[in-house]
Amino acid sequence: MDFNDTPQEAEYRSLVRAWLNDNAADYREPPEESWKLPEFIARSKAWQAKKHAAGYTGITWPRMFGGQGLTPMHSIIYGQEESRFHVPQGLYSIGLGMCIPTVFTHGQPDVIQRYVPKALLGEEVWCQLFSEPAAGSDLAGIRTKAVKDGDDWVIDGQKVWTSFAHASDFGIVVCRTDPSLPKHKGLTMFIVNMKAPGVTVKGIKQMSGGSDFNEVFFDGVRVADTHRLGAVGDGWKVALTTLMHERLAVGGKPRYAPGYETLMKLARGVDAADGNPAIAASDVRQKIAQTYINDQGIKLTQMRALSALSKGQVPGPEQSISKVVVAKTMQDLASFALDLSGGDGFVAGADADPELAKLQGSYIGSAGLRIAGGTDEILRNIIAERVLGLPGDMRPDKDTPFNQAVSA
Amino acid sequence: MNFDFSDEAKALGEQARKLLAEKAGTGPARKAMAADAPAMDAALWQEIGALGWTAARVPEAHGGLGLTIEEVAQLAEAAGGSLAHVPLVSTLLATEALVLAGSPEQQARWLPGIASGETIACVAWSEPGAVNPATVKTQASGGNLTGVKQPVADLAVAHVAIVVAAGADGPQLHIVDLAGADTAAVETIDLVRRHGRLTLNATPAQALGTPGDYQDWLDRAAVILAYEAIGTAGAAMAMTVDYAKTRVAFGQKIGRYQAVKHKCADMYIKLELARAHALHGLAQIDPILGTNGAELRQAAAAARVASLDALAYCAEENVQLHGGIGFTWESDCQFYYRRNRALVAALGPRGWWAERLVRALEQRNRAAA
Repeated sequence: MDFNDTPQEAEYRSLVRAWLNDNAADYREPPEESWKLPEFIARSKAWQAKKHAAGYTGITWPRMFGGQGLTPMHSIIYGQEESRFHVPQGLYSIGLGMCIPTVFTHGQPDVIQRYVPKALLGEEVWCQLFSEPAAGSDLAGIRTKAVKDGDDWVIDGQKVWTSFAHASDFGIVVCRTDPSLPKHKGLTMFIVNMKAPGVTVKGIKQMSGGSDFNEVFFDGVRVADTHRLGAVGDGWKVALTTLMHERLAVGGKPRYAPGYETLMKLARGVDAADGNPAIAASDVRQKIAQTYINDQGIKLTQMRALSALSKGQVPGPEQSISKVVVAKTMQDLASFALDLSGGDGFVAGADADPELAKLQGSYIGSAGLRIAGGTDEILRNIIAERVLGLPGDMRPDKDTPFNQAVSA
Repeated sequence: MNFDFSDEAKALGEQARKLLAEKAGTGPARKAMAADAPAMDAALWQEIGALGWTAARVPEAHGGLGLTIEEVAQLAEAAGGSLAHVPLVSTLLATEALVLAGSPEQQARWLPGIASGETIACVAWSEPGAVNPATVKTQASGGNLTGVKQPVADLAVAHVAIVVAAGADGPQLHIVDLAGADTAAVETIDLVRRHGRLTLNATPAQALGTPGDYQDWLDRAAVILAYEAIGTAGAAMAMTVDYAKTRVAFGQKIGRYQAVKHKCADMYIKLELARAHALHGLAQIDPILGTNGAELRQAAAAARVASLDALAYCAEENVQLHGGIGFTWESDCQFYYRRNRALVAALGPRGWWAERLVRALEQRNRAAA
């Protein structure tokens, strides 16, 4: 066993590293202040164009769609090397990670030709319009409707939790096209122009005070039938392709999140109830151990998956435990550490200790992370059903026509 | 990156699981539980010897196969999953001590017999009234040991014991020839694996390596036992999942209820975390040089804690999700529930290992500073 690259991987890594050293020099240190949206977008576009010119975009995509036709391992190596810099990140992760693969899998040739190259170059930003107020964990409960009108479809309804909708040029949207069919059957996927008349984007202010997501309202928005992705009624299947691409993304602990080292450091400066330094207290030490076991356990589990990829195999299902462990571990650690800090852990803003402020951010942010991209509960369902083979949940509305099952 | 077992180790694990699925499992465990049953399945042990499992880790110079600790881990997991009524893990733990710290003479004395399966070895680690491996009460002086060791797994069938005793420089390993030793049976919660009491009264013993070697062996023993615990936990999880797929309540398979399936998912999550740390432990033991890597101490302690957590959860919730039938004598749930306690007692409590993990992390941080 070893953690080393194969010779081919090492060669690619050294190419990437040399290129980043020459081209990402401005991003060696984190920015002093986080970028405002216009600057973030401008920097993201410039960086994407630079990467594109050097052949570091669409690394795993087929060459016919402008990709590099390389393996997931190449993409991971690029990501590992790039993460040593503080380049602008995130604007394209949903578009290029999920939307565009759906477009080139299910779109018509001239639609692919029109949209894929510009997306890859970073000229146009994409968002994904799936979730709705009444369709979160139960994603197939979508109510936004699309009605055929000549060569167009007319979309009315509301989407929610749409990241970067306010910065997006286009989106992929799942709509109900036949409410007389059971819920998974009457759906269809479209490409929608986010600047079209009738599209309204409203930011959502989160519990954290931040605003990463949006509500998107559709009021008589027209979409040409050529912009349909997949057959009418196949929207659920198409959405599953998109979500499959989401699962390929390696989800570990967020870069900013405090880990066991934070608790170790904090506990050296705080007294426990008995007046001794908290670092000597048994419950503190057990918490440090548990945090290490969970966070490091996920890192090592990801290495198992990478080893499979490196050998050209498909990773096993063990990756599915990642987010459910990471998010709750973050919350537990932050809660424990703030508890240990008493009133100091409660004082926020300008009066807060910077280390404790990070823990406060982690405490609040982890509550969102436990929900985003699949709740803890849905992820446990997925593990139980897809990995362990247990029967699916009871779904009394599964075979009922949607317009009869919806009572609320 | 190659963070995985070798193909050779996987093949041996496959062979072991296949044989033990046939010759061991809960049926033979139930027979072994009878008060008058023999202390091990001698026919199975003979077969294991013939297949060379006990020779896996023994160097070729001493009649072994000179394989890596990955093979040992595969065997331990297979033994744990099948509850096999043989002193395999005890012998593997003792072999690891001899391979790690034995002098050429000590290795020549004991390893050939272990390789052939004729010599059974055990580890005498626990003591009455002691839960802290740093404060061993059994004393070594002038080539003799004095003290009491219990519970010692497989003592009744073993020919040689690796005994932990305190010398002038702290606790370390010793070799005690069990021919003529003062041994007695000890009842434990685990009704399948037999345990004993070894009373040492100025009993002749040889020091095995140094106090530092003892610490290094503890790390390796923790990894090997983690694999045994992973095997047992995996079997308990499989039993739960099978039941959840077939048992019907309120007109549905109980596996459809989230209260049930989420517990099964948690079993899987805990097992995968344990596997990750145990594999990290293996990766820290050099297959060629046989040396311990810099991260072994933290990896081994994490593997020990995570595997005990997984086993406790799987064994306990297995009974729970079976409901009343799971609490009956006739149910197989009790085997995993009871074995859980045996594997905790085998090498000290979870809390002690969590503490060892944190000390290793602190040392690493100091070294990095």
